[in-house]
Amino acid sequence: MNLNLSGKILTTVAGAFIALSVPVSGFAGDTIKFGVAGPHSGDLASYGLPSINAAKLVIDKVNANGGINGKQIEMLIEDDVCKPEISTNTATKLVSDKVDVVLGHICSGATKAAMPIYTDAGILVMSPSATSDELTLSGNYPNFFRTIAPNAAQSPAMVDFAVDKLGLKKVAIIHDKGDYGKPLAEGAKAYIEKTGKGEVVLFEGITPGAMDYSAIVQKIKRSGADVVVFGGYHPEASKIVTIMKKKRLKTTFVSDDGVKDDTFIKVAGKAAEGVYAAGPQDNATNVMATEAKEAHKKEFGADPGAFFEGAYAATVAMLNAIEKADSTKLEDLKKVLQTEKVATPVGSINFDENGDAIGVGFSMYVVKDGAYVVVK
Amino acid sequence: MFQIFFYAVMDYFIELLFSGLTRGSIYALIALGYTMVYGIIGLINFAHGEIYMIGAFTAFIVATVLSIYGFPLLSIVIIAGVAAVVWSSSYGYTIEKIAYKPLRHAPRLSPLISAIGMSIFLQNYVLLAQTSDFLPFPTLIPDFEFMEPIAHIVGTTDLIILVTTVVVMVILTIIIKFSKIGKAMRATAQDRTMATLVGINVNNVISATFIVGSSLAAIGGLLIASHIGQINFYIGFIAGIKAFTAAVLGGIGSIPGAVLGSLILGLTESFATGYVSSDYEDVFAFSLLVLILIFKPSGLLGKATNQKV
Repeated sequence: MNLNLSGKILTTVAGAFIALSVPVSGFAGDTIKFGVAGPHSGDLASYGLPSINAAKLVIDKVNANGGINGKQIEMLIEDDVCKPEISTNTATKLVSDKVDVVLGHICSGATKAAMPIYTDAGILVMSPSATSDELTLSGNYPNFFRTIAPNAAQSPAMVDFAVDKLGLKKVAIIHDKGDYGKPLAEGAKAYIEKTGKGEVVLFEGITPGAMDYSAIVQKIKRSGADVVVFGGYHPEASKIVTIMKKKRLKTTFVSDDGVKDDTFIKVAGKAAEGVYAAGPQDNATNVMATEAKEAHKKEFGADPGAFFEGAYAATVAMLNAIEKADSTKLEDLKKVLQTEKVATPVGSINFDENGDAIGVGFSMYVVKDGAYVVVK
Repeated sequence: MFQIFFYAVMDYFIELLFSGLTRGSIYALIALGYTMVYGIIGLINFAHGEIYMIGAFTAFIVATVLSIYGFPLLSIVIIAGVAAVVWSSSYGYTIEKIAYKPLRHAPRLSPLISAIGMSIFLQNYVLLAQTSDFLPFPTLIPDFEFMEPIAHIVGTTDLIILVTTVVVMVILTIIIKFSKIGKAMRATAQDRTMATLVGINVNNVISATFIVGSSLAAIGGLLIASHIGQINFYIGFIAGIKAFTAAVLGGIGSIPGAVLGSLILGLTESFATGYVSSDYEDVFAFSLLVLILIFKPSGLLGKATNQKV
C-alpha cells in the first residue's frame, strides 16, 4: 500500500518533469548550442581558426552578462579541414549534437557540401567567408546567410581595380579549377566581356599542388598580358609569383581574398611585394571593429587573422536574431535577420532575401614591406 | 617580318622546352628511387614520396638553424644537403626493415599495402610533429650573375636541377655497372635465390638500394624545395604519384627508363600547357601513359619479363 503510493508519487513527479522539459518558447535545450565549423587544422587552418576566436570573444561577453533571455551559450567546434568530403561529416556531427545555429563553414566547396544537411535539419548557417555565388543566389539553401560579399561582387571589384585604377587593359585570367577560384575567374571574364573594358588575352586553369608552374608563367608572358587576375588560394598564388619573379616577369598580379592572407606573404617572401588582393572591406573606421581587435589582442595576445571581423559580425547577428526572435526556429530568425539592422564590425547590416549582407563590399589591398595595406 | 615571327615562335618553344626539362628532371630525381627498389625486390615503394618530403623538411630545419648562426651560404647548402641525405637514408633503411622485410615472402599485395600504410603514417607524423602550414623554404641557391641574360628562359635553380639530374644518373650508372655492390644489385634483381647461393648478402644489397634511393630523394627534396620556395607535409604525395607515373612510363626497374620517362612526362605537360591549355595538362600526361602502356606494356625501356616466382 505504502509502496504503491510512493510509486504513484514518483510517476507524478516524473510526469511533471517531462511536462516541464517540453520546449516552451521554441528553445530545444537549456543552453543555446552555437556551432563553429571550418578548417581548424590542415594547410588552410589560418582561415578557420580566427572565427573560433571571434565567436569565443562574443559569446564569452554575452555569457558573462547573463546569456540570451536567461540562457547560456555553448560552443560546439568542429573541424572540416576545408574538404568537402569531411565537411559533410562535420555537419552531420553538429546536427546530431542538436546545434541551434552554425557559424561557418569557411571554404566555399566545403560549405556547399555541408549545406544540404543543415537545410534538411532547418538550421541557420552563417559564413564569414564562403563567397561562392551559388550558396545564396541559387535559392537552394534558404537557411544560408553570410557576412561577406559574394564572388559575383568580388570579380567586378578585381577587374575594375585592375583596369580602371591601375590602367592595365590586357588581362590574363588564371584559376585553380576549384569551387572557389573557377567561378571567380569566370565571373571576371564575363564582366570584362560584358562591359567591354579591357581584353581577356588568356583564360586557363592550373592544377593545384603541381610541382612547377613555369610553363603557365611562360604562357602568361607570351600572351602579352599587363595583369594577371588569379582566382584561387594562397599556396598556388605564392608558387606562381615566385616563378614569375624567377622568370623576370614583371606582370602585375591581382588576386582574391583567398590570397589576402599573411601566410601568402610569409611563403612568397620578396616575390609577394606589389601583389594586389581583394579582401573583406577595410573596417578601420568602424568603432566596433577596433574594439573587437583590441579584445582579441588582450585575450589571445596577437592580431586577429583572416575573416575575423566577418565571423565576429556573423556571431553578433545570429545571437541578436535569437534574442529578438526569442527562438531558434529558422523562420523566426530569418525574419529578424532580414528586417532588423544590427551593428557589427563590418557595419550596420541586415540581409537580403538571398542571405547576402546588405552594404558589405570589398576593398583592395597591396603587399608593401611584408604586410597587406589598403589601397586608397 | 617572317623572321621576327619565327624567332618569337622559337623563343617560346625553347622556354617551354626548358620548363619541361626542369619539370622532367624534378620527376627523375624521385623516379630513380621508385625504379631501383622495384628492380631489386619488385615492390612499389609508395612511401618514397614521403622520404622526399622528409628530406626537404630536414634541409629546411638545418638550413634555418644554420642561417640563424650566420653560416656562409655554400656551407649551409652542403651541411643541409648532407643532413638531408643522412636523415632520409636512415628513414629509408628503417622503413625497409620495419615494413617490408618481414613481408618479403608474403603475397605481393601485402608489402604494397604496407607501403601505402607507411606513406600515410609518415605524412601524418610530419603533420603532427611539424606543422600543417606551408613553410617558406630559404633561398639556398642564389641567382648567378652570368645567368641573368637568359634568366627568363632557364633560371639558376633550373640549371642546377638539370645538371644534378645528369650527374646523379651518370654516377648511378657507373656504380651499377662497375662497382661490387652494383654487380650484387644486378645479380639480386635477376635472381634473388641464385644470388644468395653464390654468396651475396641479399639483405645488405636491399638495404643499400633503399639507402641510395632515399639519398636521391633527399637531394631532390632540397633542390626542388629551393626551386619552388615552399614546403609542407603533403608535397611528397603529388611528387610521388607523378614520379611513379614517370617510372612506369619509362619502364619500371630500368634506370635510364626512369629518366627518359620523367623527361617525356615533363615535356608533355609543359607543351600541353603552352600550346593547348593547362586545364588539360594532366589529361595529356596520363593519356600518354595509357597509350604507351597499350603498345608497350612494360614501358619504354622496360624488359618484358615473365612473372617472377
